[in-house]
Amino acid sequence: MQRTALYAKHLESGAKMVDFAGWEMPIHYGSQLQEHHQVRNDAGMFDVSHMVILDLVGAQSKAFLHYLLANNVDKLKESGKALYSCMLTPEGTVIDDLIVYFITDTQWRIVVNAGTRDKDIAWMQQQIATFDATLTERDDLSMIAAQGPNARAKVLGIMPADEVAIVEPLKAFYGAFVNDWFIARTGYTGEDGFEMMFPNEQAHKVWDALLVAGIKPIGLGARDTLRLEAGMNLYGTDMDETTSPLVSGLGWTIGWQPADRNFIGRSALEAQKAAGIPQKFVGLVLEGKGVLRSHMKVICEGGDGETTSGTFSPTLGVAIALARVPASCGDTCEVDIRGKLHPAKVVKPVFARNGKSVLN
Amino acid sequence: MSNVPSDLKYTKSHEWVRDNGDGTVTVGITDHAQELLGDLVHVDLPEVGTEFGAEDGCAVAESVKAASDIYAPVPGVIIESNEAVQDSPELINSDPYGDGWLFVMRVDDEDALGELLDAESYKAECDE
Repeated sequence: MQRTALYAKHLESGAKMVDFAGWEMPIHYGSQLQEHHQVRNDAGMFDVSHMVILDLVGAQSKAFLHYLLANNVDKLKESGKALYSCMLTPEGTVIDDLIVYFITDTQWRIVVNAGTRDKDIAWMQQQIATFDATLTERDDLSMIAAQGPNARAKVLGIMPADEVAIVEPLKAFYGAFVNDWFIARTGYTGEDGFEMMFPNEQAHKVWDALLVAGIKPIGLGARDTLRLEAGMNLYGTDMDETTSPLVSGLGWTIGWQPADRNFIGRSALEAQKAAGIPQKFVGLVLEGKGVLRSHMKVICEGGDGETTSGTFSPTLGVAIALARVPASCGDTCEVDIRGKLHPAKVVKPVFARNGKSVLN
Repeated sequence: MSNVPSDLKYTKSHEWVRDNGDGTVTVGITDHAQELLGDLVHVDLPEVGTEFGAEDGCAVAESVKAASDIYAPVPGVIIESNEAVQDSPELINSDPYGDGWLFVMRVDDEDALGELLDAESYKAECDE
């Protein structure tokens, strides 16, 4: 199994390590629930060095992204701005979701999932062959996400003034190079914070400094409950190569305009749209006690659906799920939990952000 | 190493059993089991009066991570379920052998108690 540069630091912090996509990663450091609340209420840090950082350069790098990505990088007008996008098969199903940072028209940074590393790189290298552009994996970099209402202030508090001058003004979804670091105001928790990429050799020093600043280590367990509450999709469970973004709550990430941008999967998505989308992606809130999990049957008016992710929401104190249900599904449904039907409310697929519930 | 009190009996599926000496047993999950599960957020306990055979699934403990079946350690009928853990499942994490108990059974066949593991054997099971 592979280990990040922070492996020894996780053990020092009392992590319980598990296999995650071939990486030995911390699932929690004692209590997943406490870690969840730590991020919603204060500040926590995640080692996300297992994620794959790719640098794209070249005269035709923008043209390549126009072709590769379902979202349109032309939306990125200012250097440092980030865009969330899917990478689709020609059949219009999802190969992976990713973040692309616009540096210049000939320089981009892309972050893809760890679990899809090999197939993503193979696919991208195959598609890039006819473009004057090159893609380089940056496994010399580590990545820590500091997240929570106090995360920004705590990170800025330990930065030299010249770096604060660059990082403090960053708006949400923008990043910037700071010497050999790249720091972006992005994340996967529904909270404010930074994702920071820096050379592996600095990882231990950075971790220790963040700990001293009062940013506590958070495991992958809480990362999952945080992202689910925030209504952020997880590749492999909420969408994959068998599902279209249009039935995965990701329609908003498709850059339909301009109509003549011929990205991979476009014609398939247009055909799906023309035929009518039979399903929709929703949030579920369980009415009574119990816990929702992925792949539970959902019974609603107009047919059956399925949960794609589910958990107990520490912020709301009830079970929540993301689910793919018939388009005709109303505002209530029932979920089959071990053979018993439990009533649930159907809501927009976002439950909690910035420390609190977004449900009415 | 997790706590394994020597006055209790155990199952391979990580239930503990306290012989109350009056034909009933109190059942819970071990410290080792709660550690493996992580923070508990929900338990489904059996209704009073329900009859179970040994190793029948009779309850479910759910942590944020996963759902785990709990098995009747001996054949018998449920005479009490711990309502406190249904409201506060975290009691199972904080006090697995005390306030975190799950249910009391009237034992059909007291000989079945002899087939349970003692603390030493259970420890050995966990170390494997």
